Amino acid sequence: MSSRVSRALRVAVVALLLFAPITGLVLSGYQLSIHWQRPLWLAAAVLVGYFTLSWLMQHLGWLDRFAASRSAVQPTATIGLSGPRPVWIGAAILFALLLPFVLGKYAVSVAILALIYLLLGLGLNIVVGLAGLLDLGFVAFYAVGAYTYALGYHYFHLSFWLALPLGALLAALFGMILGFPVLRLHGDYLAIVTLGFGEIIRLVLNNWVSVTGGPNGVSVPFPTLLGLEFNRKAKQGGVPIHEFFAVEYSSDHRSLFLYFLLLIVVALLILMVIRLKRMPIGRAWEALRENEVACRSLGIHHVTVKLSAFGLGAMVGGVGGVFFAALQGFVNPTSFTFFESAYILAIVVLGGMGSTTGVIGAALLLTVLPELLRDFSDYRVLSVGIAMVLMMVWRPRGLRQRRRPFFVIPAQDLPKAPVAVSQGVAEQ
Amino acid sequence: MDIYIVGQQLVNGLVLGSTYGLIAVGYTMVYGIIGMINFAHGEIYMISAYLTAIFLALASYFGLQSVPVVLLLVLFATVFLTALYGWSVEQIAYRPLRHSNRLAPLISAIGISLILQNYIRISQGARNQGVPPVLDGVWRIPSSAIDQHFIQITYLQSLIVVTALASMALLTWIIHRTALGRACRATQQDRIMANLLGVDTDRIISVVFVMGAAMAAVAGMLVTLNYGSFDFYIGFLMGIKAFTAAVLGGIGSLPGAMLGGVVLGLAESFFAGFVNSDYKDVFAFSLLILFLIFRPSGFLGVPEVEKV
Repeated sequence: MSSRVSRALRVAVVALLLFAPITGLVLSGYQLSIHWQRPLWLAAAVLVGYFTLSWLMQHLGWLDRFAASRSAVQPTATIGLSGPRPVWIGAAILFALLLPFVLGKYAVSVAILALIYLLLGLGLNIVVGLAGLLDLGFVAFYAVGAYTYALGYHYFHLSFWLALPLGALLAALFGMILGFPVLRLHGDYLAIVTLGFGEIIRLVLNNWVSVTGGPNGVSVPFPTLLGLEFNRKAKQGGVPIHEFFAVEYSSDHRSLFLYFLLLIVVALLILMVIRLKRMPIGRAWEALRENEVACRSLGIHHVTVKLSAFGLGAMVGGVGGVFFAALQGFVNPTSFTFFESAYILAIVVLGGMGSTTGVIGAALLLTVLPELLRDFSDYRVLSVGIAMVLMMVWRPRGLRQRRRPFFVIPAQDLPKAPVAVSQGVAEQ
Repeated sequence: MDIYIVGQQLVNGLVLGSTYGLIAVGYTMVYGIIGMINFAHGEIYMISAYLTAIFLALASYFGLQSVPVVLLLVLFATVFLTALYGWSVEQIAYRPLRHSNRLAPLISAIGISLILQNYIRISQGARNQGVPPVLDGVWRIPSSAIDQHFIQITYLQSLIVVTALASMALLTWIIHRTALGRACRATQQDRIMANLLGVDTDRIISVVFVMGAAMAAVAGMLVTLNYGSFDFYIGFLMGIKAFTAAVLGGIGSLPGAMLGGVVLGLAESFFAGFVNSDYKDVFAFSLLILFLIFRPSGFLGVPEVEKV
């Protein structure tokens, strides 16, 4: 008891030392304004928090569970499907389809952003979650996609529907070119190289003013649907969609169109990821993540397998970028900072690295929650950081216990080993 | 090409390089001992810049006038508190992950770096901060020069190089001549064996984080005094640059960090001076990528052998 009190006190003293100058003495010009209560409150909070937590850990058996949850892989022996039940999938699809008509315009705009982040999260999940390659420059591929559309329109009048595959291809190409030499290296180096690459792309976009417009950015037109435009008056040589269908013009049409288009793309991507996970390539990704040396000795070519994951992730990032450009109507380099990469990574991490449902949940959580908690927007990034650290310390394998797909042999088909052998012998 | 302009870039590069080298020490030592890239190291540097400004303001609040006394006091306070930050980060975010998978500490480090950035932003404000000029004065070579024909070295620039060399010498002495340093080297060579022979490896790892943070604090203070202005985002760029320096010199090697820092500083400053200053960061990052691809062991490092 007393040792716990003294430990908590020591932690509080350290906390006070750490907090005192930074939170207590605020710089204003070359002078200081003193807020002596702030470090005291923070240190008191640490004291109480540490004490309570250590008490709870000891008395409620949290310590054991904490230790258990950190042990490496825990295959759960449940028989059946690996995903959520079909009922829930149906409910989710129904909700997604009805959302614009039930919750209104504002919800749709939030949902579009959430879907873009979901797309990016799913893309990065292939790289980080499935293949175990830490990509810190994911935003570079996102930028490649966005600028493919923006510059493609600016110079060649490229339409959205052409920019979509082209942006995806270009992003994948960039990923391949970057990945090929680097993926042979020690794993951590990949993180640094991708980080550097992301910054290079951003700096080039920012500094190459004559082509990219630099910090002023490039404007992007809104996509058309089979030549039908979503403007009040035709601007791109097509027919406005409200005239074609002879309905009243409404700005809601654009967001509805983008929402459903994104919904289709995301649904296709989810299906693709689920399929890929069960295919040999998906298994090779996960196997490489778990043990590279073992995989290589079993004849899996680590570079090509990793490259496929890296390129695929980059491609999804490119698609996300094209959609982002279409949504914003304008791109400039400030949208592609390292923080974006970190945010997408946070989605993957909080979703439990590798779990598709987890990523969906985390992407929705990380885009909807900040909208609801506008008043606390200062603390948004701080809490994302805290959540990342807590996730890693507490449950590096994700909030949701992952179940791997596996084959179940029906009970009646199971051979009764000893009997079978003796029969075989008897027949001979 | 004017000899004086070349000389000036040489001076600038050397000054820049010594600060890179000081920060690179933190990356290289941590990587050497636990094989992990400490992404939050740049933020530790950023915190030391804030601490420097805060303690300078505090010194003037108490009416301290003598420049050497102020600088020494600020140095000690900044180094001590920055080291405490480094130690706490290790305790909170890395120690619990010692036996986790390889990705976990990296992600945790990114989390810590977001936390530190925003902790500073919320408590100190997002605006640019500054310190008053403390040490004015320049040397000119040759001293009788007219027009542009001279090399200019400020007192602060020479202080940076001298302090960097002194701190590196001190660190090298600790690593090579003291019992603590011997334990560090043993832990770096073989952690399990060192532990079996009675070295408290957990403590040694903490010590390495503390030493890395202390060196970053020295760099943070010197750079802050030199440039005079900073914000909560400086750690990111400086972090990658210093990591590049560590890779250039050969990650895991202590003299390599300093060498890599100086090489990077010189390369960057010549590139900015003679090629294009807009793309100097792009140049530094490209150097990093090229080195990682073609010579991942750097100048002085030993190639890594993966053992099963």
